[in-house]
Amino acid sequence: MSAPKLSIEGIARVFPGVGRRGQPTRAIEPTSLQVAENDFITILGPSGCGKSTLLRLVAGLDTPTSGRVVLNGRVVVRPGPDRGMVFQSYTLFPWLTVAENIAFGLRERGVPSLERRRIVDDYIERMGLAGFERHWPKQLSGGMQQRTAIARALANSPEILLLDEPFGALDNQTRALMQELLLGIWERDRKTVLFVTHDIEEAIFLASRVIVMTARPGRIKAEIRVELPHPRRYTMKTAPEFSTLKARLTEEIRAEALIALAER
Amino acid sequence: MRPLVPVSHRTRIGLGIAFFVLFFAVWALATLGGFVSKVFLADPITMVLNGWTLLVRFGFSYDIAMTVWRVVGGFVFAALVAVPLGIAMGAYKPVEAFFEPFVSFARYLPASAFIPLLILWAGTGETQKLLVIFLGSVFQIVLMVATSVGATRRDLVEAAYTLGSDERSVVARVLIPANAPEIAEILRLVLGWAWTYVIVAELIGSSEGIGHMIIDSQALNATGQMIFGIIVIGFIGLVSDFVFKAVNARLFPWKFA
Ligand SMILES: Nc1ncnc2c1ncn2[C@@H]1O[C@H](COP(=O)(O)OP(=O)(O)OP(=O)(O)O)[C@@H](O)[C@H]1O
Ligand SMILES: [Mg+2]
Repeated sequence: MSAPKLSIEGIARVFPGVGRRGQPTRAIEPTSLQVAENDFITILGPSGCGKSTLLRLVAGLDTPTSGRVVLNGRVVVRPGPDRGMVFQSYTLFPWLTVAENIAFGLRERGVPSLERRRIVDDYIERMGLAGFERHWPKQLSGGMQQRTAIARALANSPEILLLDEPFGALDNQTRALMQELLLGIWERDRKTVLFVTHDIEEAIFLASRVIVMTARPGRIKAEIRVELPHPRRYTMKTAPEFSTLKARLTEEIRAEALIALAER
Repeated sequence: MRPLVPVSHRTRIGLGIAFFVLFFAVWALATLGGFVSKVFLADPITMVLNGWTLLVRFGFSYDIAMTVWRVVGGFVFAALVAVPLGIAMGAYKPVEAFFEPFVSFARYLPASAFIPLLILWAGTGETQKLLVIFLGSVFQIVLMVATSVGATRRDLVEAAYTLGSDERSVVARVLIPANAPEIAEILRLVLGWAWTYVIVAELIGSSEGIGHMIIDSQALNATGQMIFGIIVIGFIGLVSDFVFKAVNARLFPWKFA
């Protein structure tokens, strides 16, 4: 195997305790992970196990207590446009229209306006946002906001795309459609993706590898390859191979969720 | 009535006007009905007649123009200093640590208490009037703007960083646009306070302006004129508030529309 695209090397994060008596929180235990070019990795784990923290460390928004993150041979020290991020909360800029939001990173890079228009129009089209270019974020549904956020990150053509439960707040039907949309984009562009979720079906459907994390402090507990063929369609969710994977992951997760529950 | 349920535009305007009508009715009843002596409170009709005389015979519109100019001049001057400083304080914590304690202290110094000193330093001319407004507004604006900018949603700032913004562009493309409507609201609020300072400044050592007219009327026991002056101030405040709101709604449709 050639040098990995992204290499997470013994990364750990301890948050200082709150108040004088507060115990420090060990959000992530030393964890390592290699991600190859074009990999679609989904990270699965119970709530509070440090999934967001892991993603923020890769993004450079947070600094590890120990260990390091290496992208294309360079150590990550700060956030940058080579790691596009879609956040768990809605983070569109409310003062910009849909089109202006998508163009934000392009303007930052000084892409000429004609080129910018072309890229923005392309993503508006692909993300099914046609007709909403001039809407403000508050006029959009949650699903549209997240589609715009994905477009905003992709328009920058990042080396790697980090998604933190982007569909977490959506209803099941919308969520399924969004999964297909995202997968379609990946099948076409073959981006490298880290996708955090706590939905097992979603994790399997999208991934080439599923990473299961333990309850807090988070560690990688298991890693499961998903060999299902591409292009994938929603009908695949009822295939026998899919069910086998789902049963196995359900067991892994259940054990962790029980531990997390007992800790409370 | 259900809490927080909005009313229609027409009902709202109707109710707003209704209170003014009620207010004038009670006032008319108290004065014209002979319940309150004319020495203490003029009736609405006298007030309007006195006001008309002031406007056409005594050039009161010139006084109004002077007062408006003083408020606007001092206020614009204060905003030009305070808004950039407030943004810098909100964005950069060392700048905040440097200025914040002093500004918080200075904010509690009453602008009107400075008037005698300012007269000593700057005389009774326009400079002194503008300085009163300036001192009364500048610290308030600085602190409120700094607080607003400092409370910008962190996830928006982080999103900008992951899209390639550097430190300077986070200020220019996130902190400022995110807080622009809030800053406009702060200016609208402080402009209202500036009106109270100007009148106080004009009560002392002035030869024109609404405050000056009010003091002159006191010597003549002309309560009708005094009340007319006060109502003019309220009316200008109402209009400027309305204009400010309309401009804000136009400038920031993403927030107010
Ligand atoms: N800034 C912080 N300061 C202190 N503790 C934090 C901070 N951020 C996260 N933590 C703690 O780290 C742990 C992991 O948090 P994280 O947000 O990464 O979980 P998560 O796996 O993303 O959970 P969820 O699925 O609910 O989003 C939690 O116990 C949380 O309380
Ligand atoms: Mg999370």
